[in-house]
Amino acid sequence: MIRYLAGRFAQSCLVLFGVTLLTFFLLFILPADPARMIAGRSATIETVNRIRAELGLDRPVPLQYLQYVARLVRGDLGRSYAQKIEVRDLLLSRLAATAYLMVAGIGFELLLGIPAGVLAALRRGSTADRLIMVGAFAGVSAPQFAVGLLLLYVLAFRWGLFPLGGYGSFAHVILPAFTLGIAGGGWYARMIRSSLVDVLDQDYVRTARGKGLPRGKVVLKHALRNALLPIVSMVGLDIGTFMGGVVVVESVFGWPGIGQLAWQAIQIVDIPVIMGVVIVSALAIMAGNLLADLIYPFLDPRIRYE
Amino acid sequence: MGGLAVVVAVVVVALFAPYLAPFDPAAQFPDGLTPDGRPLPPGSRFLLGTDLLGRDLLSRMIYGARISLLVGVVANGAALAIGTGLGVLAGYFRGWIGILFMRFTDLMMAFPALILAIALAAILRPSLWIVALVICLVNWVWVARVIYSQTLSLSQKEFVEAARAVGASTSRVLLRHIFPHLWSTMLVWGTLGISTTVLFEASLSFLGVGVRPPTPSWGGIINESQSYFLDAPWLVAFPGVAILLTSLAFNLLGEGLRDAFDPRQVRNL
Repeated sequence: MIRYLAGRFAQSCLVLFGVTLLTFFLLFILPADPARMIAGRSATIETVNRIRAELGLDRPVPLQYLQYVARLVRGDLGRSYAQKIEVRDLLLSRLAATAYLMVAGIGFELLLGIPAGVLAALRRGSTADRLIMVGAFAGVSAPQFAVGLLLLYVLAFRWGLFPLGGYGSFAHVILPAFTLGIAGGGWYARMIRSSLVDVLDQDYVRTARGKGLPRGKVVLKHALRNALLPIVSMVGLDIGTFMGGVVVVESVFGWPGIGQLAWQAIQIVDIPVIMGVVIVSALAIMAGNLLADLIYPFLDPRIRYE
Repeated sequence: MGGLAVVVAVVVVALFAPYLAPFDPAAQFPDGLTPDGRPLPPGSRFLLGTDLLGRDLLSRMIYGARISLLVGVVANGAALAIGTGLGVLAGYFRGWIGILFMRFTDLMMAFPALILAIALAAILRPSLWIVALVICLVNWVWVARVIYSQTLSLSQKEFVEAARAVGASTSRVLLRHIFPHLWSTMLVWGTLGISTTVLFEASLSFLGVGVRPPTPSWGGIINESQSYFLDAPWLVAFPGVAILLTSLAFNLLGEGLRDAFDPRQVRNL
């Protein structure tokens, strides 16, 4: 187990290194000049050059990268070009909001996905099954920005049930989390349906039914436990995706999370902030996967890591 | 087969946009706004209403179908080509090429794709081709992984062994013996991929880093109307439904193709 973890850790470090390398050079190949962005349109060439020197952007890119990595290993992500704050502090200030939205979003995914998937699997082949599956596909295919805006229009503006975006009370998180839940819930429902259908056909389920247990009990106690296993890795994936910032939903609802930070940073080519967000996202994606893999053996004793 | 019907309908609308659109999508009508300058709700002259500049929404949406499909087909076709090419090579030759391939796809999968795409699209000047390129860069890796694992198992089958034993060249084995088995996977993934690509393009356009106005695109129409959507919700609802239906149709069609190619899957029905 410890050897397995050590291997995973080493692999993650390598991937993270690759991600920083790729992002860094990508940002420098592109025809954008952060110094000019900061200086503004009317700035003279001297001002732009002075800013460029201050930020260290006049040095060769490979050297800049080495310096960046050297600081990164010490936990220093550099300073934002635009806001003159440490990128680490900037990220930390957004982390809570993003984590809050992630938990609520995953909650809605499970809340919508599990009952729908179970119902469809139990009524396999029926009209209800078909409707649920088309609905699940529709959830997956719906553009989140339009869903979010329409939810805001009907539930917040027309009926006044929720605040019109922003961050704060529990009521603020419901609509953005629900928007995320519609898409994710569609995937979950499909996954649960197909795994529950597989499990229901297995011998041990037939045995349980055969010895006279009521159907509901068999489904809840015997079948569902196994059928829900794939959900663990899906939640792991979602932790990664959501913690990396859900740019579109955060932008629709004015949610002050990592996604908004990334979006603002991209518009002004604030390279240290973009790098910081990319690193946090990559870390979250790897952590989410690792978490799922670690929880698996506890839920399913058949799986062991050597 | 409802999926196929909608796909055909969208393709027809895109192809014959100039004949189907009731108005010029770029024309700003003086009677397309209320006297105090607001967009018109759906009515008898402008069937789906007008946008903030008094342009006919229906005509803009009909032309927008072209952008969605064009980006969907181009970006996804390129991703499919790259993914299949690399996946086949890595799966057939294995060895260090295979290892390099796996590590690189690992890297791409840990990459926050949307942020990368937005950054690229924002910094490069947004245009239809840049959007397609960006989406392709993000999407190829999923195809590549699937094709890779299929090629891996195919290349160890007896008939491939036999072809090699009778002296067929590598290119002949790849093209005549491996490739035909990958067609169905490519077709399924190609169709499902258009669905995600349509959504992706719409998201980029919604954020304002996609296809540039005045070119009408569904995501772009919603982006333009975002500040005004409480007064004119139809400007969000109609393009939103168009995106949903198109993406849903390609998803259903892809699922249908998957079931048709792989009868074992049908037991789930």
